Amino acid sequence: MTGTSLRTYLITRLALVVPMVLILLTLVFLLLRVAPGNPIQAALGGHVPPAYVHQIEHRLGFDKPLITQYGDYLWNIVRGNLGTTITDNRPLSQIIKQNGAATFELTFFAMLIAIVVGVVVGLIAGRYRDTPVDIAGRLFGVIVYATPPFFLGLMAQLVFGVWLGWLPTSDQASPLTQALLQTHTNIFLVDAIWDGSWGALWDIVKHLILPATTLGLITAGVFIRLTRINVIRTLRDDYIEAARARGIAERRVVFFHAFKNALVPVITVVGLNLAILLGGVVLTETTFNWPGIGHELVIYLENRDYAGVQGIIVVFALVVVAVSILVDFLNAFVDPRIRY
Amino acid sequence: MTDAILQVRNLRVYYGTPGKPVRAVDGVSLDIGESEVVGLVGESGCGKSTLGRGILGLLPDGARADGEVLYDGRNLVAMPPKAVRRMRGPELGLIFQEPMTRLNPLLRISDHFRETLEQHEPDLTDAEVKRRSLETLGRMGIPPTRFRQYPHEFSGGMRQRIMIALALVLRPKLLVADEPTTSLDVIVEGQILALLADLKNNFGTALLLITHNLGIVAESCDRMAVMYAGRIAEEGPVREVFADPAHPYTRDLLRSTISLDTTTLYSIPGAPPNLIDPPPGCRFHPRCPNAMRVCDQLEPIEQRLDDGRRVLCWLHGPSERIPQGAGAPLEREAIGVADEA
Repeated sequence: MTGTSLRTYLITRLALVVPMVLILLTLVFLLLRVAPGNPIQAALGGHVPPAYVHQIEHRLGFDKPLITQYGDYLWNIVRGNLGTTITDNRPLSQIIKQNGAATFELTFFAMLIAIVVGVVVGLIAGRYRDTPVDIAGRLFGVIVYATPPFFLGLMAQLVFGVWLGWLPTSDQASPLTQALLQTHTNIFLVDAIWDGSWGALWDIVKHLILPATTLGLITAGVFIRLTRINVIRTLRDDYIEAARARGIAERRVVFFHAFKNALVPVITVVGLNLAILLGGVVLTETTFNWPGIGHELVIYLENRDYAGVQGIIVVFALVVVAVSILVDFLNAFVDPRIRY
Repeated sequence: MTDAILQVRNLRVYYGTPGKPVRAVDGVSLDIGESEVVGLVGESGCGKSTLGRGILGLLPDGARADGEVLYDGRNLVAMPPKAVRRMRGPELGLIFQEPMTRLNPLLRISDHFRETLEQHEPDLTDAEVKRRSLETLGRMGIPPTRFRQYPHEFSGGMRQRIMIALALVLRPKLLVADEPTTSLDVIVEGQILALLADLKNNFGTALLLITHNLGIVAESCDRMAVMYAGRIAEEGPVREVFADPAHPYTRDLLRSTISLDTTTLYSIPGAPPNLIDPPPGCRFHPRCPNAMRVCDQLEPIEQRLDDGRRVLCWLHGPSERIPQGAGAPLEREAIGVADEA
């Protein structure tokens, strides 16, 4: 009998989040402060009177000592206040609500595509190892993994948008849909279903297909390789042979015993890949002119608006932390050995 | 032995390519009677495990079997895999050398039992599944309080008890135990062997016990078969084989065991032959102290001794088949140190 229960494990895991988040926030803070040049000056443009720059600096608290700034920054985050951008004076909370919803929609479906494609192709390739199906699956995985998202995106736009004319290549929905759609959650797809406007829903889905597939396939490559190798490994495991020795039907041995065990490590990697996916989101949103926070991040970076950059990076970081906890919880529920 | 429940007839199992196969089991015949305990002994790599698995049709990919494994009037070797699969569990069971990794780590012990019972007896109620599982586990010394636990919460010895219970819950007529105690410590080994030796009394199950340990065979088996290089060298009642081994290999194997009286450890010179290209004639002749000229020329013919034993050795004749003068000792170079394992 092991000493700790599932509940103890979960509480311990949650407690560990506090130092993890603190280190993350500190890193974001310091990295932006060590960047050379005066960011206020840069954000406001070249020819602004020094008095005005000082006034802005004072308003944003950049004339205080670094340690005080750090304290204020942490305190504001604890209160849920991520600040306001310098260039266009937008509260970060508004950016998260509006652009974040678009990013959530894109990331969610990209992850869904990545998991479905990755796991299904991986399972088939692993089960039918060294057959043409396996070789095709592996090749597909390597190609989508090695292709940069903007290139894959541009090719998809060219083929499906320009040559075939099947799918739109830019934005989250057509202007008409955007004008008519009632806002409930800011997530277009949910709002369209909420109102039962199926024409709008179809328009939104059509806009979603190319960017979500582009973003999803990058990560799918990793899942294909990982799932495949895990299936091959678990099919050689001793308990698989033991199940066969008890006359368990081959289909159940493969689908239940082997696949379930093969997917345990995949859960962890799915979580870790969310960070890579968020990196890909920036490129994909820019390629498809998708009004998400990745798109905003690029704009704020170009303008050297580091209040905006800092706020968005903190949000990304917190999402990654939240997902990593979710993954640990999922793992603990699936694999009884994890509850140390 | 009158009513054999399992008859192996001239079974061959080859691994690898058709051109140069490994002949792991090469023409083995063996009967196992109802509730009988048969020991199968031999050096590593002599084909013991392959024979055990071949009986259940559990050979790895790329293995080819021919010959007959007759159970209930049907030849398992020629049956479709699905039909053999249905017999594994209710008719034939197998337990393994390494119990630590034989249970699915994600499933509770109860899940393993439910899956196994429902696979073969789909009409059982949940209550019936539980009653039968707990009853079998109880006989193996696993208390009901541990039924819902996971495999990692058990020691190696307990896992092997669970594996035995899992095999016996369907009441098979024959259980093949492939070195079931090799990875366990001596105390636990004794406990597991006591359980296995009691099978015929408690469950009426016959047992094919594959082992390196001759002490275990002497203690718990009715009959024994000695395997060498894919063939059965000698087979017969344990008492007779131990008292007067008929095959030189059996004799040397018995001499290699350790007891309290052992002062110098005996080992058989040389190493077991390569099964891709085994020696001509009798496969033991290069290591045999009694080898005759005939032994490296003609394959020995199985002889039945008066006490019911079978032996595969020219020393027991038939003398009329030994060519003139070939009964003289085989002249050969001494076995070099380099040839020894």
